[in-house]
Amino acid sequence: MSKELTNLREYVGVDEIKGPVFIIRNVHNVGYNELVEIIDEQNKSRVGITLEVGKGYAVVQVLGGTTGLSISKSKVRFQEKPLLMGVSEELLGRVFDGLGNPIDNMPRPAYKEWADVNGAAINPTARDYPNNIIETGITVIDVMNTLVRGQKLPIFSGSGLSHDMIAAQIARQAKVKDDEQFAVVFAAMGVKYDTARFFIKSFEESGVLERVAIFLSLADSPSIERIQTPRSALTCAEYLAFKKNMHVLVIMTDMSNYCEALRELSTVRGEIPARKGYPGYLYSDLASLYERAGMIKGVKGSITQLPILTMPNDDITHPIPDLTGYITEGQIVCDRDLHSRGIYPAIAALPSLSRLMKDNIGEGHTREDHPSLASQLFACYAQVKDIRALASIIGEEELSPLDHEYLNFGEEFERKFLSQGYNERRTLEQSLDLGWSILNIFPPEELVRIKADMVKKYYKPRPEQEEK
Amino acid sequence: MQKVAGKVYRVVGPVVELEEVTFLRMLDVVEVGELKLVGEVMQLKGDHAYVQVYEDTTSLKAGDLVYSEGQPLMVALGPGLLGTIYDGIQRPEELIEKQQGYYIGRGVHLDALDLKKKWHFKPVKTAGTEVKGGEIIGEVQETFLIKHRVMIPPDQAGKIKKIVPEGDYTVQDKIAELETETGTKDITMLQYWPVRVGRPYKTKEGITEPLLTGQRVIDTLFPIGKGSCVAVPGGFGTGKTVVQHQLAKWSDAEIVVYIGCGERGNEMTDILIHFPKLIDPHTGRPLMERTIFIANTSNMPVAAREASIYTGITLAEYYRDMGYNVALMADSTSRWAEALRELSGRLEEMPMEEGFPAYLPSRLAAFYERAGHVKTLAGNEGSISIIAAVSPPGGDFSEPVTAHTRRFVRAFWALDRDLANSRHYPSISWLDSYSEYLIDIEDWWSKNISEDWLELRYTMMDLLQKEQRLQQVVKLVGPDVLPQAQRLVLEICSVFKNGFLQQAAFDPIDTYTSAKKQFLMLKSIVTLYKASEEAVKKGSNVSDIREMPIYQQVLRMKTDYPEDKLADLEKMPDKIKAALQGMGI
Ligand SMILES: Nc1ncnc2c1ncn2[C@@H]1O[C@H](COP(=O)(O)OP(=O)(O)O)[C@@H](O)[C@H]1O
Ligand SMILES: [Mg+2]
Repeated sequence: MSKELTNLREYVGVDEIKGPVFIIRNVHNVGYNELVEIIDEQNKSRVGITLEVGKGYAVVQVLGGTTGLSISKSKVRFQEKPLLMGVSEELLGRVFDGLGNPIDNMPRPAYKEWADVNGAAINPTARDYPNNIIETGITVIDVMNTLVRGQKLPIFSGSGLSHDMIAAQIARQAKVKDDEQFAVVFAAMGVKYDTARFFIKSFEESGVLERVAIFLSLADSPSIERIQTPRSALTCAEYLAFKKNMHVLVIMTDMSNYCEALRELSTVRGEIPARKGYPGYLYSDLASLYERAGMIKGVKGSITQLPILTMPNDDITHPIPDLTGYITEGQIVCDRDLHSRGIYPAIAALPSLSRLMKDNIGEGHTREDHPSLASQLFACYAQVKDIRALASIIGEEELSPLDHEYLNFGEEFERKFLSQGYNERRTLEQSLDLGWSILNIFPPEELVRIKADMVKKYYKPRPEQEEK
Repeated sequence: MQKVAGKVYRVVGPVVELEEVTFLRMLDVVEVGELKLVGEVMQLKGDHAYVQVYEDTTSLKAGDLVYSEGQPLMVALGPGLLGTIYDGIQRPEELIEKQQGYYIGRGVHLDALDLKKKWHFKPVKTAGTEVKGGEIIGEVQETFLIKHRVMIPPDQAGKIKKIVPEGDYTVQDKIAELETETGTKDITMLQYWPVRVGRPYKTKEGITEPLLTGQRVIDTLFPIGKGSCVAVPGGFGTGKTVVQHQLAKWSDAEIVVYIGCGERGNEMTDILIHFPKLIDPHTGRPLMERTIFIANTSNMPVAAREASIYTGITLAEYYRDMGYNVALMADSTSRWAEALRELSGRLEEMPMEEGFPAYLPSRLAAFYERAGHVKTLAGNEGSISIIAAVSPPGGDFSEPVTAHTRRFVRAFWALDRDLANSRHYPSISWLDSYSEYLIDIEDWWSKNISEDWLELRYTMMDLLQKEQRLQQVVKLVGPDVLPQAQRLVLEICSVFKNGFLQQAAFDPIDTYTSAKKQFLMLKSIVTLYKASEEAVKKGSNVSDIREMPIYQQVLRMKTDYPEDKLADLEKMPDKIKAALQGMGI
């Protein structure tokens, strides 16, 4: 096969095309992980990245997909630089594809800077420890799984559950102080247009659309583009947060589609898989995205990540949620059972976790009773699960009076505390009080996770108990 | 490095294949390309070599030159290590930040130790003395607490020809001249040691002293000793990192090496922000003064993650050789194993279970073998305890890393998902965990705390086992059918779980419990059991006993009696007896 060198760095013809990847031989001086431009027969340009380079060859991953590329007619230009993306505040209010090209029929925004889409690792010594909670107005989150500014807190969900509504409600209700600027970066990978439209509409309704940058790589775009989409979104977020001091909330959905695209690429390359066909580096790869959340000393802005993923078969031990949970600072887990009982938000309290909550609640942060109240709610609700299991075997009549109280507590927990409206915002104060108002089903001695003086101060017996 | 050792032939992620390789040997350190990215030779084939590169390899290309001095990967050892935070190959991250800003860039070449700083050196040997490798020739007060003992490098020996008088010297200043068989050697306070080779010691000794952690479930139920190896396996969010942090804070080791291996950036920040403010209960000094940090977070290059474990253990050995008890925390060894897997895959080696290389078990074994209680070359005693987090995929303990690790550690703190979900922390399962070190350290407890300790502990363990069996029955038929004596077992175990095992790491009082207090709490709960048992025998109802205020008092011992009120806690067993005396008659 002949290969023409049309100008310094342009070659005509490639040697092998397989899935989203092609191999080109007889090329020289090609750098690893660098940008490649490919011109197809229609003279349309696509971008690629070198996945492997060697003496006289390069393996290139085509981000726009290889559909329509031919062996003999494709032109390949090596750009000798990593993939860069233009960023500026003008990205807000705009819609882009997964690679950062505008798709809203408006002119290209003016860029202030070109940033490497791969980002770089934040030095642990330069990080600032996240220390401001975000009041989401959702009781079960604020009281039991407090979200903190700069946190990466994914929503683990299943198909058909209310994860999108929860994310949209958080985005809508999360407050920043008056003198602070906020922005939302929304990235959609492989989801249907309906999902994207739901979010866009929600941003529109709350009047923040001009503060949102949207990156769409929907179900009909090439799956390989999904690998780039979160990187583009995070590059934009980093600029806004760390250069422009904004508090940026990044919503990424659906991370499972991202992981599948990565698996596809890995399979094409014939790599040795780890679990369920996913590559062994899935952990590191996901970390290179999730770790881009956070705060930096001396910088006012922050990046809070709210990735959404659907657990295949609702299985939390599947590699995607599993590895995510190992990287992120907790998780909000959606529950099919609650959902089918019509409860919104259908959040499973027990497996949900906020790791940054511990340093940011209690005296001096929220309210002094918050940590022990939360711990007690967890303890009691865990007990409810056991007693329900018992009741289903021996029958409710056989349960002890205390066990009955637990069942009632479970009911109130789910119907009063957990349930709330999609448009309902409860203050933290209200939410904490709500917690006490269901714990008082129990006599005070039963609340062993809460210190005696705190019980004395906040525990108000129910009227019927006073009568007794 | 100046000498050209080969050329880049191929780049696949963190692995680079070289051609035209001349003098390279296995495990030699190389510098690749214009940026001089640091790497290590992992395989040789003809005149080709495979190198794992510790930095991002973006923009490397075939033909780039590769340099080497023909030396293995080494760490710098000397005063100034304590309180420093390093990356996986011992580059100080604070200096990286100064040089490069908040993102870690590539091609950084920095000294691990401050070469300009002067240390006050006091000789303890005189000229004319014969010294062997590892012998201590002088001292430097490295931090308020820690005397840094300056040693003859382990592989040297001879007669001290000259030694400097007490005074201020940099780590590179000559402090002594040694007359050896191969000529005169200069001795400085700075020495190097290859990370993949364990530092020598005289003999390995048995474990005799507990490593007290201040965590009740650990010290009382599954204790370890100074020189132990323990694995802490658990799914995400079950509390591995908090256990590691708690031990780094409260354990009675003299030196702590904390390795953040492929985990979160914010967790390192957490330590870096909180440690300087925390005071060691044993010495009253800031914890920072006894700790070395190695932070190679999950988004940092994977090859350096592999190296970080070795860098850490070598630093630990260096302080052990001075005669200190060192505790090394590695969070998480699974990320290290995964780094091995990724690199092995890129090297196109034959995979075994779940893609891990066949040498995974031998690497794990070699790592844990570097722990232990030893007699040092200088004749002192020192120890390294390894506390290793393991992150099994899907929380499944039968996966390769957990399964193999189990073979090389004698203690296993299994974290339990259900306990964690109900926020019972530490979620160390009292049924699945074990420690074989109990027999090594029970003597210490009976000599230093109480002769009754072991028996009380067994009484409680026994009750927990019984409770487990009773719970099975309860699950089928409900608690009502159980006789009173058995219901009492359930109640007492519930008190023990809530009032003893569960320990809030973020409560100022509960976060640390001394051995003495642990004993008093244990004794009180067993007394409560015995006294209640009597009352039940005399006809009392468990539910009536359960409602007595004394139960509440026992449940709240952990926070009602801070360490300076232990004299009051001593009275608790008598109070319990008195309270229950009148019952059932
Ligand atoms: N001893 C403890 N006391 C209080 N909270 C704890 C304790 N151990 C763990 N936790 C809680 O559990 C969360 C997860 O623990 P972590 O150690 O980060 O888990 P892992 O490292 O196993 O993923 C922490 O953020 C903290 O909120
Ligand atoms: Mg952890």
